[in-house]
Amino acid sequence: VQEKEELIEEWQPEPLVPPVPKDHPALNYNIVSGPPTHIITVNGKECINFASFNFLGLLDNEKVKSAAQASLKKYGVGTCGPRGFYGTFDVHLELEERLAKFMRTEEAIIYSYGFATIASAIPAYSKRGDIVFVDEAACFAIQKGLQASRSNIKLFKHNDMADLERLLKEQETEDQKNPRKARVTRRFIVVEGLYMNTGDVCPLPELIKLKYKYKVRIFLEESLSFGVLGEHGRGITEHFGINIDDIDLISANMENSLASIGGFCCGRSFIIDHQRLSGQGYCFSASLPPLLAAAAIEALSIMEDNPDIFQTLRAKCERIHKALQGISGLKVVGESFSPALHLQLEESCGFQENDVKLLKRVVDYCMNSGIALTQARYLEKEEKCLPPPSIRVVITVEQTEQELDKTASLLKEAAQSVLN
Amino acid sequence: INHIVHNGGLYKRPFNEAFEETPMLVAVLTYVGYGVLTLFGYLRDFMRQWKIEKCQNATEREEQKDFVPLYQDFENFYNRNLYMRIRDSWNRPICSVPGAKVDMMERVSHDYNWTFTYTGRVIKDIINMGSYNYLGFAQKAGTCQKAAAKVLSHYGAGVCSTRQEMGNLDKHEELEKLVARFLGVESAMAYGMGFATNSMNIPALVGKGCLILSDELNHASLVLGARLSGATIRIFKHNNMQSLEKLLKDAIVHGQPRTRRPWKKILILVEGIYSMEGSIVRLPEVIALKKKYKSYLYLDEAHSIGALGPSGRGVVEYFGLSPEDVDVMMGTFTKSFGAAGGYIGGKKELIDYLRTYSHSAVYATSLSPPVVEQIITSMKCIMGEDGTTVGKARVQQLAENTRYFRRRLKEMGFIIYGNEDSPVVPLMLYMPAKIGAFGREMLKRNIGVVVVGFPATPIIESRARFCLSAAHTKEMLDTALKEINEVGDLLQLKYSRHRLVPLLDRPFDETTYEETED
Repeated sequence: VQEKEELIEEWQPEPLVPPVPKDHPALNYNIVSGPPTHIITVNGKECINFASFNFLGLLDNEKVKSAAQASLKKYGVGTCGPRGFYGTFDVHLELEERLAKFMRTEEAIIYSYGFATIASAIPAYSKRGDIVFVDEAACFAIQKGLQASRSNIKLFKHNDMADLERLLKEQETEDQKNPRKARVTRRFIVVEGLYMNTGDVCPLPELIKLKYKYKVRIFLEESLSFGVLGEHGRGITEHFGINIDDIDLISANMENSLASIGGFCCGRSFIIDHQRLSGQGYCFSASLPPLLAAAAIEALSIMEDNPDIFQTLRAKCERIHKALQGISGLKVVGESFSPALHLQLEESCGFQENDVKLLKRVVDYCMNSGIALTQARYLEKEEKCLPPPSIRVVITVEQTEQELDKTASLLKEAAQSVLN
Repeated sequence: INHIVHNGGLYKRPFNEAFEETPMLVAVLTYVGYGVLTLFGYLRDFMRQWKIEKCQNATEREEQKDFVPLYQDFENFYNRNLYMRIRDSWNRPICSVPGAKVDMMERVSHDYNWTFTYTGRVIKDIINMGSYNYLGFAQKAGTCQKAAAKVLSHYGAGVCSTRQEMGNLDKHEELEKLVARFLGVESAMAYGMGFATNSMNIPALVGKGCLILSDELNHASLVLGARLSGATIRIFKHNNMQSLEKLLKDAIVHGQPRTRRPWKKILILVEGIYSMEGSIVRLPEVIALKKKYKSYLYLDEAHSIGALGPSGRGVVEYFGLSPEDVDVMMGTFTKSFGAAGGYIGGKKELIDYLRTYSHSAVYATSLSPPVVEQIITSMKCIMGEDGTTVGKARVQQLAENTRYFRRRLKEMGFIIYGNEDSPVVPLMLYMPAKIGAFGREMLKRNIGVVVVGFPATPIIESRARFCLSAAHTKEMLDTALKEINEVGDLLQLKYSRHRLVPLLDRPFDETTYEETED
């Protein structure tokens, strides 16, 4: 007993958190005064916003705001309960119906937080012992969902269908050795429609072929492509002309094109209904505040009534993609029709911190001249495959052609002065 | 006999908590009930398989019939055969503000709960005993709503960016300073979802090589956060300080399981009020233990912030302790503030670290501006900074309502779990048939209650849970009590024999702890 007392006396734990250096790039946030709309006031300076994911410009829309006001007058702000215990409002049911109708699926389910949507959907289906094939460039929310599911994760090189097929073939040979186990092991492929980290699309038609060949289910994460790709904004399935029933689950967040908060999953009732009892972020968390649901419904109506905004957005993306080519020192990463691009250093210094510092100087130059940009932020130690440091350029439908051209020329200037 | 604890002067007020033991006859009947349901379940599954009975669940696509089945048949046994029978007690859709009285959309089922249709009729003015509206801030008119409306028209509904990129509004800075002042800590940070606050920040604080000591009945978000962190998790018996002390001693003396190296840090996860039991954490003892064994304390005040304490500052104020003793004070804005989201408060180093390394700050959208305004206005009201005494009156009203309601229910003879001061009141039902019956009978009498069964509670301890609110007037409570009395007689729910097990004599199992390793 004496020994035990001594051990207890001697033990010294680490401090709860290590100290953070004062000049850490992520510690000092930009302060935005007022709404983060097209003209944004950052740290006291008025700039044109090229950093918020407000693709369709609906953040500022008067109709959306008045729908939210009406809902606020009727329901107040919070829902005071999870969906199971008097937290289901008629607005939630309406939003789910509208989303299902818009995406032409049987059913949709809403979550109150975008990050929690895919992070709760994956562990609801994939458990310990199941196999998930996921792209290397998958976003952090998908990685957390996979970690929570405790399944076997197999990463394949970004957009490399040959690599994926190799992994699937390997799995097939494993299955033949142990057919009993293979019969109960579920398999999934998780991909994003438009990748947040690289700005390109996944080759969906080839994935569908692989799906039927190797009997794997596909989960598609469409946070950036919902409301952007496709003739009516229905996402990558419309873009490639694929039957939506071929995709088992589509998950998206409403925080980009719909300028609201939250996320949704849609698909067949057979799949979606399961999440109502086993989606952790759905059952154990308060439901979405009704005013945000009403704002999303109105935004969805606007999307349905004005299908030409998608073409306008795509034209602007093409324009700036072309204008940004040929900047010395910076290369554009992303498809020409992607509204969220990355600008990476053509030649890295060798140290990630120095790259980050250089890019910060470029961003500061642009901010001082009236264009608000931001660096793409990641958690260095937590990401499975850390993308290289980059500047995020976001194109919205509200930006005029002069502003796009001004940004391109300003970036050229900044790159010249900082990197040379 | 009510057991009142005055543990060596740590407690400045009596701590009245009681969990009456399940009567033996009731336990046996409950098991019999579940046995009968299981037999019938097997019978119906058999009939469905042989197509004698129509199968009503959704099925897989024709083209994908040869894929590995997505769900195992057995996983859904409970869902198909037990949950489906009483499914109408949950997910009840409402169409008004979730205040003390609520309007519900009527729905009927013509095929035993497999599908619902809405008749179009609205049942008005149901007394709402299910929403987490402790201080009555779920209102559709008043100062909070007006302020939120103004902010909505100026800022819009969404934010479209993360905190570290372009989503940090001046409103968020204002909110965080206010929260820090409210809690009495150096600094605070707010997040968009209460569940996500736990699941995204615990992994940022602890990792491999650390030890997490978590209460048996912790919420799913704490369990998920602990699992995602990669630390070793050990569970101590609910609110049992001997169990916690034994775990702490063993951890420091023996070190990590295989290597015997000392642990890097030890984090204790507890909640202020446990929402299924209605019990309050024994905070003075936990803090004494934490100081003795040099570990860190993470307190989740989801239900207790605003609901406990003479001025609504939570469980720390309720016990008269100092907020500096709690290393990480976490809470949510959903329950007492009528908004959405969560916060973490603590020392400046902690919050600076979370601003840099929290998953939510880097990858998740920040709070919506009208929601932030609602929190700011309601918090100022509770603190009395808006110039009125409305906040203080509400806190007192809630405390009075709690004591009155619990006293009356105990007098009637129901088994009520939990602490005398907790506004969460679980009333034991035990038998599966009574779960559905209680919910439906109360709805017929225009009172909305929440019933919970397996798997949220142990299989024989299903219960009805009342959440009291400062918005409930004495007349509403009396009406509710009268109806509960009637239904209690009708369903024979008055099990109490007034024989309460004194807390320190509850059997403590000397053997070992449960260790869960991923």
